[in-house]
Amino acid sequence: MAASSDSQASAFSAAELEFLAEDEMIEIVPNMRMDSLNFVSGDFGPFRPQIATQVPLWLAVALKKRGKCMIRPPEWMSIEKLTQVLEAERDSEKFQPLPFHYVEISRLLFDYAREDIQDVYMVRSLIEDIKDVRFHKIGTGLEIISRERTYALRLKNLSAMEANIVRPFVTRALETFYKLSSPEMIQESDHLSNRQPQVTNRGPRRQLKDR
Amino acid sequence: MEPGAGEGSSTDDYESLISTTDAELLKRAWRNEKAAPEILKFEAALVQRSRQQIQLMEETVEEFTRNGVDPLTVSLYQMDLDRTLFLLRSYLRTRLQKIEKYVLHIQKTAELWNRLSKQEQKFAIRCVGDLTQHLEQSVLTKLPDQYQSHLKQSGASENDDMVPEPKLDTYIICRSKKFLGAFQLDDSGEEPVNIEADDLYALPYKSIKPLVESGQIDLV
Repeated sequence: MAASSDSQASAFSAAELEFLAEDEMIEIVPNMRMDSLNFVSGDFGPFRPQIATQVPLWLAVALKKRGKCMIRPPEWMSIEKLTQVLEAERDSEKFQPLPFHYVEISRLLFDYAREDIQDVYMVRSLIEDIKDVRFHKIGTGLEIISRERTYALRLKNLSAMEANIVRPFVTRALETFYKLSSPEMIQESDHLSNRQPQVTNRGPRRQLKDR
Repeated sequence: MEPGAGEGSSTDDYESLISTTDAELLKRAWRNEKAAPEILKFEAALVQRSRQQIQLMEETVEEFTRNGVDPLTVSLYQMDLDRTLFLLRSYLRTRLQKIEKYVLHIQKTAELWNRLSKQEQKFAIRCVGDLTQHLEQSVLTKLPDQYQSHLKQSGASENDDMVPEPKLDTYIICRSKKFLGAFQLDDSGEEPVNIEADDLYALPYKSIKPLVESGQIDLV
């Protein structure tokens, strides 16, 4: 994860992904009275004590930090749901559907709304396990790129953070295979020789062909 | 042409346009700009609307402060404003970075040049001037005649082969909100890819470029 700050390789930094995740909606139960908020990003509220309402995560966290509300963790963050996901995740090669920003959302809630999550330790460790299983799967799943000719890769149910982490590797690997298999590569190799950038690509290509 | 010649996204996506807020659209523009290898069309109308909204909101916050509205409410409005400001700034900055990087290429390609806003064009012209002057003063004038161009390796080059260009065959990761069906990647006779709603795909940028431009697919 440390390498994700390289702006060329991965398009978004972890902080930017968190920024995006903060726009996801979540339910809060306010303990104060406040009029509707008419923001650039939308209208939220009105807020009445004990009456649940939907707000973006950043607003929920801001209110929570000031002790103005309780956050209701999303349904997928219950022990029951997470246990199911973890089991399915272990049993199948496929990725289970989870919110696109599940890593960031759960992280933010663990940081700012611990007391609102029931069995927080258990929930946390389940999410950690799910993350581990999924990352392992990503690793083994990527082998497919080298096994068959791959021009397009479907990353079904991959989350934002996961996609961002594999991005540098996946995009470069696919790019290289794409180049190596293009017909121009073979025809143009003579007249390409006066252009330096391509030269490095010609080496490995020959090797592959000879084998 | 008007700044960026942009009337926003084309009419084909009218339905999703009216159901989407500007904040949402700005976020999409920012994401696409960050993930695309080349510079995209300047979202002139969207940027203008966002600017107006920001200004309006700044006035509202000031008014609130003057009228002694509850500080909590004021600070929440300020946070929302800061988030929008961040998006807009980052969007513009990402574009400037790309312009700096590919300025010579953009300048000589009419299609790309027209994607810039008036201010960006001004910036690009100054950029080219400074870059050329710097290269000439520091190196080029001291080289033999044949090697004095900042665009070519030598007088023998037919094309401008010293101009950095974005690599359009870079792979990007994208997502469509709708089912797009079988999509032909390129003319190499490969099997078409089925693009389903809300799934992520790693595809070569140049093959889905038209879909990005028409707003059918988002880069993530």
